[in-house]
Amino acid sequence: MMAANKNWLSVNRWGAAPALLFTAACFVAPLIAMALVSVSERIGGHTVLTWTLDNYRGFVSRSDGTFVSALVNSIEVTVTVTILSVFAAYPLAYILAYRVPKRWQRVALVAIVLPFWTSYVIRSYSWLLVLSENGIISQTLLNLGITDDPIGLGNTRGATVLGFVHFFVMLLTLTIYANLSQIKDSYRKAAADLGANGFQTFLHVTLPLSLPGVAVGAFLTFVLAVGDYITPQILGGGKELLLPQAIMLQIGRAADFPMASALSMILMLVVTAAYLLFARYLRMERV
Amino acid sequence: MKARDIPALLYVIAAVIFIFLPVVVLVQFSFQDGLAPVPPFKGFSLRWYDKMFADRKLMEALGNSVLVGGLSSVAATALGFLAAFKLARRPGRAAPQMRFLLMAPITVSYIIIALGLLIVFNGLGIGKSLFAVGLGHVVINLPLCFAVIYSQMGEHQANVERAALDLGASEFKALIYVTVPMLWPALLAAFFIAFTLSWDEFVIAQLLSKFDVTLPVVIFSLLRTGLNPVTNAVGTFVFAVSIGLVVLVELLLARRRRDG
Repeated sequence: MMAANKNWLSVNRWGAAPALLFTAACFVAPLIAMALVSVSERIGGHTVLTWTLDNYRGFVSRSDGTFVSALVNSIEVTVTVTILSVFAAYPLAYILAYRVPKRWQRVALVAIVLPFWTSYVIRSYSWLLVLSENGIISQTLLNLGITDDPIGLGNTRGATVLGFVHFFVMLLTLTIYANLSQIKDSYRKAAADLGANGFQTFLHVTLPLSLPGVAVGAFLTFVLAVGDYITPQILGGGKELLLPQAIMLQIGRAADFPMASALSMILMLVVTAAYLLFARYLRMERV
Repeated sequence: MKARDIPALLYVIAAVIFIFLPVVVLVQFSFQDGLAPVPPFKGFSLRWYDKMFADRKLMEALGNSVLVGGLSSVAATALGFLAAFKLARRPGRAAPQMRFLLMAPITVSYIIIALGLLIVFNGLGIGKSLFAVGLGHVVINLPLCFAVIYSQMGEHQANVERAALDLGASEFKALIYVTVPMLWPALLAAFFIAFTLSWDEFVIAQLLSKFDVTLPVVIFSLLRTGLNPVTNAVGTFVFAVSIGLVVLVELLLARRRRDG
């Protein structure tokens, strides 16, 4: 070991340097650049750093209110998605962890979340197939005589929420299952020995012990959903914008990088706020 | 089966239907013998796959996706491996801060990473290209590669490395002939996870490329034509590749768990 340490090219000493330099150059520096551009303005086709807050003022004061409502829409959709996904995923993870024989659990888990690995674009398109006017749901309802006219469910906020919930039910099933499967069987046995019935055991033992896993999963869901462009763009259509769609419009059609940067900073602020909220919740749980 | 299991069973069936419904519809109607990928199913045909493989734009994009995914995943795995090796074997005092910095990109939305890179490239006068897309994909994959490899580095490997060094191997030789062979399932798993994510990624590819584009970008532009069985065929193909890679990763890590 001594000889190796004298080597100036030692991986032991410098191994992390390339990755750290890369992260600094291609992640930290671009974020700083973006923060600076968000306080710049466009003068004659150039972006000039003037330390202006106009972009942030524009966010609030823009006459048609597009940006503020994009933020509100984003938060509404993301909170709805997070709550629905947690309540749908928990029973599934619970059944997997406690009702499926141990040796089959991993296979069952991998099989159930297989569609997790379709790309956002393909997954959203698939839901479009299901929800469209001549899609399978509309056709089934017609055949059953429940409705007389074909119904198109695409291009609505409901479709966006559905597409998101579909993905995050799988993600949350993974994180909640991981947490539940680590809770020792002896805890639940002890509760039963002390006279608790199944529901009491769940309420006072399993549920509190699984909340950290739920919180981690819910936080991930919030962060990934609030920053996603594809799902609302394909399933929600153009009727109402979410924040990432507003950012893409500023980059693409408007070519307004300062505004896009300011919106991105606000998006990061939302994520940070969510983190602080969840972190506090976790700490309170521990007390 | 006990009576109390029935609600659980029903719940699982409902969940599985919900989770698999869009995928089944996607795959089934990629074989549609008709012009619209919607019911009724008119019979089995491979014509949309023929059309897909005959489409030059799609095939170019496929090549680009494989190229970007392959190279960016090799880079992310290599960077992640070296960092994991250093931080596992000789953490040093700054290790927690280093780990924090390496994992930080995971918390930031892809759209923000893409915009940041776009601003920097514009400032430096670097045009949009597949190379830029590849850099973006290394940014999002490096944390995952690092985490996967770091989690698989254990004390038993360190002992074997020490033995190699005591027997006179140089550090470099010990790394190549001892550490890498011991870690190869983790390295391959990291590579394939990175490849799967790069293969599927849209926002960075869309914003940082111009003429040469990757498969998800072409698929997204296909959506403008509405529901189209070719899109089903491409989607099914992309999904099949992802599933193949995921199963491979699962087998690699399962083997690792058994050996470990």
